[in-house]
Amino acid sequence: MQEPDLPAAPLGVLKSRMGTFYPGSHVIFRGQDLHEDLKDLDWLALYLFGITGRRFDAAQLKLLNAIWTYTSYADARLWNNRVAALAGSSRSSGALGLAAALAVSEAAIYGGGILMRAIEFFIRALHETACGADLSDCVRRELELHRSIAGYGRPLVNGDERIQPLLKLAAELGLDRGPHLELALAVEIKLLHGRWRMKMNYAALVAALGADLGLDAAEFYLYMFPVFLAGMPPGYIEAGERPEGGLYAIPCDHIVYSGPARRNWPTANAEPGAST
Amino acid sequence: MAAQHNPHAVRSAIWREEAEADNPFAARAAYCRGYDVYGEMLGRASWADMLFLLFMPEAPTPAQAGLLESLALALANPGPRDPAVHAAMSGGVCGSSAASSLMAALAVGAGQLAGAREVFNAVSGWSRCGTNLQAWRDWFAGPFELPGSVWPEPEHAPGFDPRGITTATPVKQTLTCLAAYAAGPYLPWLQQHRLQMETAAGRPLSLTGVAAAALADLGFGPEQSEMLYLLLRLPGAAAHALEQRALGYKKFPFGVVELEHGNGE
Repeated sequence: MQEPDLPAAPLGVLKSRMGTFYPGSHVIFRGQDLHEDLKDLDWLALYLFGITGRRFDAAQLKLLNAIWTYTSYADARLWNNRVAALAGSSRSSGALGLAAALAVSEAAIYGGGILMRAIEFFIRALHETACGADLSDCVRRELELHRSIAGYGRPLVNGDERIQPLLKLAAELGLDRGPHLELALAVEIKLLHGRWRMKMNYAALVAALGADLGLDAAEFYLYMFPVFLAGMPPGYIEAGERPEGGLYAIPCDHIVYSGPARRNWPTANAEPGAST
Repeated sequence: MAAQHNPHAVRSAIWREEAEADNPFAARAAYCRGYDVYGEMLGRASWADMLFLLFMPEAPTPAQAGLLESLALALANPGPRDPAVHAAMSGGVCGSSAASSLMAALAVGAGQLAGAREVFNAVSGWSRCGTNLQAWRDWFAGPFELPGSVWPEPEHAPGFDPRGITTATPVKQTLTCLAAYAAGPYLPWLQQHRLQMETAAGRPLSLTGVAAAALADLGFGPEQSEMLYLLLRLPGAAAHALEQRALGYKKFPFGVVELEHGNGE
């Protein structure tokens, strides 16, 4: 067997290049003094600096801010928002409801799971096409791997009201000419004209724009983590204003049951080694 | 509108309720897979019986219930050195909410190192390789995650201990105990072929690997096993979070940070 990779040191001294605080003195954040060097950054700029170690200019920050704003829907039906609203209805704490709702946003058919797949595909496909691969082959391989292309089609409808406003803003900012966005639009044309008939959705657009701003997949993933947050507190608040348990109260006969008919309980437990 | 055509109804093959005559929101009786939970199971069935039945269409055999019960005991407390329990204690020690401490344990215990995603992958291995040693050797080469996954690619063979030198005694004790239930083919085979599997994986077997074999023997798939592993490790996280809450943060290790580039000194 190989030699194991044992921990270098137990809990005690932590070596870090990221930061620490000196109580009563100052705070280091990625090598910068938080209250001197970084004090004028707005929160999004600081968040991105924490993820990437890079500063983004005003136009880039405006686009990155808009990516969050344009998908902040105060609709408690949406599955992640619903978690926050149910927490309000059940009189749980706001932090628990919002934290759980954000965690749920890392879903397979929307949110984190799709965003990660989308940017990973665009970065990989752009590299492959730059090396001479045909985009149709890239799309075909991705369809074979995942049975879909992340960022195309939509769970409820095949169309996306967020696309044009964000494309318009990106154009106004001069940030709509990157190669990943060009590739994302080319993929849409292929999927629209193939048997898939799927339009690009917000995930593909923001993944392409993020990649064109220089974010790699891991950086983009962390940047997008709070993307739905602004839409969540309204549902929590409104549910808290209703009578307790008033949101989506389900009567007993609204469980449509498809399991076995009523039967009698059969067995007792066994000791280790008992045969079946 | 009939319930089966109601778009606002919840569909389930697990649970059915009958309402009290005076209140459609109060259950007079609840049935799990057809068994009357409060009228018949309560007092007769065990926690392990109920747990199994929630995830499977039929009640467990005595051997299956016994195996699940013993697995639950083996997983109940990873101990305060475990990162998931450490996370729960970090919540408890400063008086964070009970739920947040358990959410912390779930989040940290969900991953590829002794966590639920490792169990997911290891159970996928049992599904794919079964008792074919050569298939396992091939499988250990990976990859285990598809491109674009939110999960990092595992840095060691799922089910084996990247920091192990020899197989830990509790791992061997648990394997011996659980294999004795003979509830499926995998645990007995793993006990017979442990050394070959460890050689192929390059690391000693871990408790995660034993748990995965047990869950596969019980018939659970990767998704079910991932959920159950998360669930079964929570008791220790809860107990240690409460213990540290009572002790207070001044008695909890905090440590020091040394900046690598010396900035800010």
